[in-house]
Formats: sequence, C-alpha cells, structure tokens
Amino acid sequence: MTGEYILSRRALAMLLLQQDEEIVSIVRHQEGDGYAALAEVARDISFKRRGSFHLNLSLERNEIAKELVLGVFTAPEKRVVTWAERLSNWSVRPLTGIPMLLIVLYFGLYKFVGEFGAGTVVDLLEKQFFVEIVNPWVTGLVKNLIPWEILQELIVGEYGIITLGIRYAVGIILPIVATFFIFFSFLEDTGYFPRLALLVDRVFKYFGMSGRAVIPMVLGFGCDTMATMVTRTLETVRERVIATVLLALAIPCSAQLGVIIALLSKSPGALAVWGVCLLLIFMVVGLLAARLLPGEAPMFYMELPPMRLPQFTNVLTKTYTRMQWYFMEIMPLFVVASILLWLGKVTGFFEKAVVAMTPVMNSIGLPKEAAVAFIFGFFRRDYGAAGLYDLQTKGLMDARQLTVAAVTLTLFIPCVAQFLVMKKERGWKVAGGIGLFVSLLAFGSGYVLNNFLLMTGILA
Amino acid sequence: MKLSDKAEEILEALWIAVEEKKLAALDPQDFTIPLEDPAYVELTGRALVEIRQGLVYFRPEGKVEGRTTIRRHRLAERLMMDVLNIRGEAGDYKACEFEHLLHEGVDTKVCTMLNHPTTCPHGKPIPPGDCCDQARAEGDLGVVPLTEFKSGQEGEIAYILTEDNKKMQKLMAMGVLPGNRIVLLQAFPSYIFRVGYSEFAIDSNLAKEIFVRK
Repeated sequence: MTGEYILSRRALAMLLLQQDEEIVSIVRHQEGDGYAALAEVARDISFKRRGSFHLNLSLERNEIAKELVLGVFTAPEKRVVTWAERLSNWSVRPLTGIPMLLIVLYFGLYKFVGEFGAGTVVDLLEKQFFVEIVNPWVTGLVKNLIPWEILQELIVGEYGIITLGIRYAVGIILPIVATFFIFFSFLEDTGYFPRLALLVDRVFKYFGMSGRAVIPMVLGFGCDTMATMVTRTLETVRERVIATVLLALAIPCSAQLGVIIALLSKSPGALAVWGVCLLLIFMVVGLLAARLLPGEAPMFYMELPPMRLPQFTNVLTKTYTRMQWYFMEIMPLFVVASILLWLGKVTGFFEKAVVAMTPVMNSIGLPKEAAVAFIFGFFRRDYGAAGLYDLQTKGLMDARQLTVAAVTLTLFIPCVAQFLVMKKERGWKVAGGIGLFVSLLAFGSGYVLNNFLLMTGILA
Repeated sequence: MKLSDKAEEILEALWIAVEEKKLAALDPQDFTIPLEDPAYVELTGRALVEIRQGLVYFRPEGKVEGRTTIRRHRLAERLMMDVLNIRGEAGDYKACEFEHLLHEGVDTKVCTMLNHPTTCPHGKPIPPGDCCDQARAEGDLGVVPLTEFKSGQEGEIAYILTEDNKKMQKLMAMGVLPGNRIVLLQAFPSYIFRVGYSEFAIDSNLAKEIFVRK
C-alpha cells in the first residue's frame, strides 16, 4: 500500500478483509492502479478462511478483551439484583411497562413540559417579560429613532422581527423546547429508551418500523426537524422513509403542541377529536406504508444498558448542546419568516394569497382569514397555530372550525427547516414526494373531518 | 453382514406396503425390482422375507430390519434438505444413495445432529430409534432455537443459522458466539437475553436464528 491513511495498516487490512464498503472505496481511490493486486490478495485470503473468518475474528476479539480485564476485574460470586435492575424488569413487561410509560408521559410531558414549560415559564417570559416590558420599550425606541413607518413595521410591527420573531422564538419556543430537551436528555441517560423500544417493537412492526424508531418518534414531539435527522440511526432506508413520513405528518412538535393544546382546551371534546384524528392517521398511514413500500422487513436488536440515575451535569450539558443547535438553526429562520411575512403584507401578496386560498378554506369549512394561518404554517407549523390563536381571540371561529383547522394544520407541510432536513437526508425526490403527499392528505383529512363533524353534530 | 443396496430398497418398499398401506404383502409387479432379481434370494437366504405365490411377505426379523432401513432413508432425506439444502427430486435421489452409508452408529449421530426429527420432508413419520427414546426419556431438548427457551432458562450457544451476513455480524458483535453462555430473561414482547455482562433485546426473527443447547 502506498497511499496515505489515518488508520494503521493492520486495521486497514482487517477492514479490507471484512469488505467494509467505505474502506474499500477509500483504498481503491488512494491506491489507484495498485488496487487490483491488493484486491486479489484480499480475495485470496478471504477465500482461504471463508469457513469461519468472521467467527474467528469475533472469537479473537473476545480473547483479547478477556486478557485485558484479567486481573483487574473480579465478578461477584452471586449476581446482585439491584433496585435499578428491578425497575428495569418492570419497565420491559407489558403489564407493568405500559403503566410506567403512562406515568413517565404524564409527569414528564404533561406536567413538566406542558404545565410548567408551556404554562408557567411561557407566561413569565412571553406575557410578563416581552408583552409588558420589552415590546413597549423597543416600540418606543424604534418609533423615536426611525421615522419611516414601513421600517418601523419591519422591526416592531404586527410581524416585526422583534415583536413577533424574537418574542416568539425566545418567549414561547425557548421554554417549551428547553423543558422538553431536559425531559428527553434525562430519559436518555436513565437508559429507558432501549426498554421502551423493545416494549413497542411488536406494535411498530405493523407500521413497517422496528422498535428503535420510537426514539425519533418521541424526539419528534420536541422537534420534528431534529427527529428527522435522528432517523438515520434506523437500519434500513425503508424504515427511515416511513419514519420521515410519519414525523412530517402526524407528530406535532412541542411548540405546535403547546399552542394547539392552549387553543383547543377551551372547547371540551375538541382536543379529544384532534388527538383521535392524529392517532388514526398515524396508524392508517403507517399500516399502508408497511404494506406498500418495497424493501426488506425491519429487524430489531438493541443493547440494554443498565438503568442508572442520570448525572445532573450530563443532562444539562446535553440539553445545552441541543438548545444551541436548535437556536442556531431556528433563530435565523424566525427572523427570515418575520421579514417574509412583512414583505407579504407590504406588497399585498398576502391578500392575493388569501383570495387564492379562499375556495380551499371554504371547502373545509373555514373562514377565509384562516388562510393566513396556513401561509404562516409553511414557515413554521407553530407559527400557523399561533395564527389560529389570533383568529380565535377575535371570535372568528367556532369549536368545529378550530378543530378542523388544528387537525389540518398539524398534518400540513412541516416547517421550512424540517423540509430542508428531509431534503438533506432523503434527497429531493423523496422529500418532494412526501411534501406533496402530506399537503394533499392534510386538506383531504380536513375536508372529511369537517363533513363528519357537520353530519354528526359533535362539537356543535 | 451388510445387505446390498437393492435388498435394502426391497425391504423399504415392503415396509411401506405393510406398515403404511396396510397390505399383507408386496407385489413385485408393482415395484421397480422384478422377482427374478438376486436381491430377493439374498433376503430369503437371511430369513428376512419369504416369497409365496409371487408375493413378498415379512418374517419377524425382516420387519425390524425394514423399520431401521426406512428410518435411515428418511433421515437421509432430512439431512439432504435441512443441512445440505438439496431439495426436490435431486434431494430424493441423493437421499436414496446416501441412506446406505448410515450404518453402525452413523444413523444415531445424524439423528442427534438433526435433533431427532419425527417426520421426513414429505411428511411421513420417521420410526424413532433408541437415541430418540433416550433423548425423550432424559428430557434432553438438544439444540433448539432461542425462541424455544423459557424465560429464565440458561444454555450454551451452539451456532447461529442465518443466510444474512449482516445479521450474523450483528449477533456476533453482541457476543452471541458458539460456546458462550446465554440466559433468556424475557420472551415477550421481545426477546431479552444476557451474554456475559451485557443484556440485549432482539425480535423473534433474530431469536429463531440463534441455536442453543441446555
């Protein structure tokens, strides 16, 4: 070998013999003409040892590992069953595991993220800090400094960068996402996820995914964009595509969840209808995808690390890095969205778009003003949901319309960031296809739900 | 002394006629080996069968011999299909030649290796041998897939049987290697096992490819 490599020659040789695709392509590239001779030798050795090459390799690794721990590691005479092991046992048996999951979801998601994050902290930051202190102060400042009304609008107007973009990102999204990430990092460090994965594996197989996919699905309730990225931990392309579709379609992210729950909780029953709709669509689309998509069936294997009490600093560090990523990614988008919304308003594009979308809105039983929410929704789904919130405050929509709008919006196109990640992970074709499918299904479901609600009179 | 291949074929046909078709005798006219063949003389000479009015009847010793001969034939069929993966007519044909080698304890070894099968690939019963009865009496399960273990049961990994190289490597990376001890901790909703000091969860598709012995 003549090329330059980071790995040692021996490691390289072992990987070549194992036909590691990445290494083979690197070596082929580095060696140029010399590769043919090298491949010949590798083939020869592989053939000579064909009977048990991988087995011998594993056995030898095993031996080396045994020698390493010899003398520094002694096993207790009898296995000690610790409290953590007992907890672990409960978490993997359906009879105790499912109640445990519900407890985790209730306290973690509902109480901590929902009530504390989206309730208490948002109240504090958004209502008391931004609306009462920051916004009036900045508005005053800008109005004094900048004489042109159009620019004032850009910074502190209805869709202003500060009054809408920053307020939204910091006041509403930050606390919700931060509490979610704390919850998620905590669970991650306890070792609960692999146990949850094996618990749901059988059910997830019906949807064409292995239990492993439960991790991106749970993460999706925090941020669908990040979850779409995490789908790359799944084994097969088929599984990744199914997970991506379901994330884009039926898993609302935390920001969206917060706003929608606030929106619908005022009319009893609406939240239930919304939840049942999403669950139904998740299951139907999952079942169909598992039937229709070609490719190999998923296989499930996972190491179960011992259950541990998470270290406080580790949880904080993880939460911090996730928040950092989120903010780097999201903050500019909020500003850009604000600018685009401002442009739309100034140029009158919105009015035209609203007119163009009116027939669609009418067909699913919504007032034409709801179109704005959907246009917002393309930038960020929670933006759209917030738009609905405004409509509700103005008394333009009743419970039925709100529910239809919330379902349609939840299903509708994921935010721009998620779409871009989908494109990056799955390529233009698949991402475009998913986008189109999701939009059609969203409005289709809205139409069906609206007629169903009108006919049965539920929520009337 | 060992019987000739042809004599064994006749014994098999006779055994099937008597034991499975419930006939009294074998009519050589329905069979590929005509009555003039010296193999019949070989059999009557050893007092295994007797020939009356052109029909072949068992003598008591012949029935025992016929049973073990058919057992060897069907074990050979299983061996062809399960281990050598030769199916269809080719498998039947090869089994016919192979069966004549299964003497002097080789049949017992093959039977144990196949974990005492009870039927041939065509669904016909394989008469149990002493090794089968002994295994049953001792409750020895032999080598079984991990899916047959009860939770809490411990055993030794015998081999991994999969055609998928990727699966094989995944399993070996978990420490599922022949000779290692394995404890099945749970069988539903997924299989959880412990090898060494690590625990793993797998689905039933993977679990049925790990073969273990108690």
